[in-house]
Amino acid sequence: MAEVNKDTKIEVTDGALIPDQAENSIFSAWNIAFFGALIILIILPIASPDPYRDILKFIPDGILTTFKVTILSIIFALVVGLFAGLGRLSRIKIINRIATIYVEVVRGIPLLVQLFYIYYALGKVVQLPRLTSAIIAMTFCYGAYMGEIFRAGIQGVPQGQMEAALALGMSRTQALWKVIIPQTFRIILPPVGNEFIALLKDSSLVSILAVADLLRRGREFASTSFLYFETYTIVALVYLVITLFLSRLVATMEKRMKINGRT
Amino acid sequence: MAEHRILIKDACKYFGDVKALNNANLEIKPGEVVLVIGPSGSGKSTMLRCVNKLESVTSGEIYIDDDCVTAPGADIRKIREDVGMVFQSFNLFKHLTVLRNITLALTTVKKTPKAEAEEIGRKLLARVGLADKEKAYPGQLSGGQQQRVAIARALAMNPRVMLFDEPTSALDPEMIKEVLDVMLDLAKEGMTMMVVSHEMGFAKAAADKVVFMADGEIIEIGSPEEIFDNPKEERTKTFLQHIL
Repeated sequence: MAEVNKDTKIEVTDGALIPDQAENSIFSAWNIAFFGALIILIILPIASPDPYRDILKFIPDGILTTFKVTILSIIFALVVGLFAGLGRLSRIKIINRIATIYVEVVRGIPLLVQLFYIYYALGKVVQLPRLTSAIIAMTFCYGAYMGEIFRAGIQGVPQGQMEAALALGMSRTQALWKVIIPQTFRIILPPVGNEFIALLKDSSLVSILAVADLLRRGREFASTSFLYFETYTIVALVYLVITLFLSRLVATMEKRMKINGRT
Repeated sequence: MAEHRILIKDACKYFGDVKALNNANLEIKPGEVVLVIGPSGSGKSTMLRCVNKLESVTSGEIYIDDDCVTAPGADIRKIREDVGMVFQSFNLFKHLTVLRNITLALTTVKKTPKAEAEEIGRKLLARVGLADKEKAYPGQLSGGQQQRVAIARALAMNPRVMLFDEPTSALDPEMIKEVLDVMLDLAKEGMTMMVVSHEMGFAKAAADKVVFMADGEIIEIGSPEEIFDNPKEERTKTFLQHIL
């Protein structure tokens, strides 16, 4: 048995590119998975137009809805997250406590339950449209994770930056907005990119509210044609191509920022 | 009018049970340059940081002219505008250009119009010998250049007092001179300066007073000649033997 280092920290981030020893080779895991999926997606409708061509014609609406939910949710989650992060760092006890409770509550409830709660349970009080409910639930959930990212990002800016701003006569608020927060963006961009990918995958949960996203469109097609294997194969491959492409994009961005950070 | 520019009266500062500053008393007159020396952990930086309230004293009083820094209701932001500070690690705003580093406080705190702020900024950059660097980012400059920008940034607010917290300790030897030259010019122009540093050359050229501190206390105050050539206290002698 190999000895395990006690200090080893295992970090597997949802959405991040996983390390690969053969990264620069043509046969890297990413290349095989990405181009493999892409080639299957191209060959299947050519080799067997019925039913694959019909499936591929049926789902693009769903892809658009998936992106709509993902992009709107991530934008709102960033805003919520900024305030949650600031709240978690606040010296005012009550604000700090509220922000911390928010994060704890969100982390303790499965996202699927949050979706049901906002659409069905709160539906007794206010009946929101399905898409709106879905976006609110995703925002509420991911806002908490974004909050932790912002908190870490703000703490990652050296203390001396705040001191220098204060010494020049700036208020804490001015220093925060003009000096600290602009410097957090470089730090938080890669984790935010990973959250974006994780959110895109989790957005498939909104199909449960009958929001016509990629998964839901697949389900609609399958339930009328009874072609479950064919339909869900295409759905899975489309998700895979999108998320693999995005994770490569985030990894490239991260690498470029590391290089810029040195100059 | 008060005769002092900076007055520190019976200042004490505790960090938990640790007494970082013990009954410090120091008077600095307008235009005086005071060098504070002493072993690490002797409270030099703490005393300096209490002057612009980056640290708050536990007891005692500190005045800048007639403004009491330590009074409970003191407008500390207003006072800080008049007290420039230069840090050991420069602390330039890394996401902003050199010129914007200098103008940021002018436009946000003093509400100076942008064009006017930039004019002030360019003049100050020329004064510290970096007129050609206004568009550079701090990360593209050498340590000595960054520290000169930091001095220009502090001067932009037109302060009555300049505090220097080990301004040359983080610099390579060949860059120390360029920073000290800027500080010497400032001293000649009559700026009131409180400098935590062990630069003997600067002390002999510009300092009116040298303060020796140890274990949070001011042990001895005198002219550079008195302190360096004829220290009265045993601890001062021992310390000077170590650094010379």
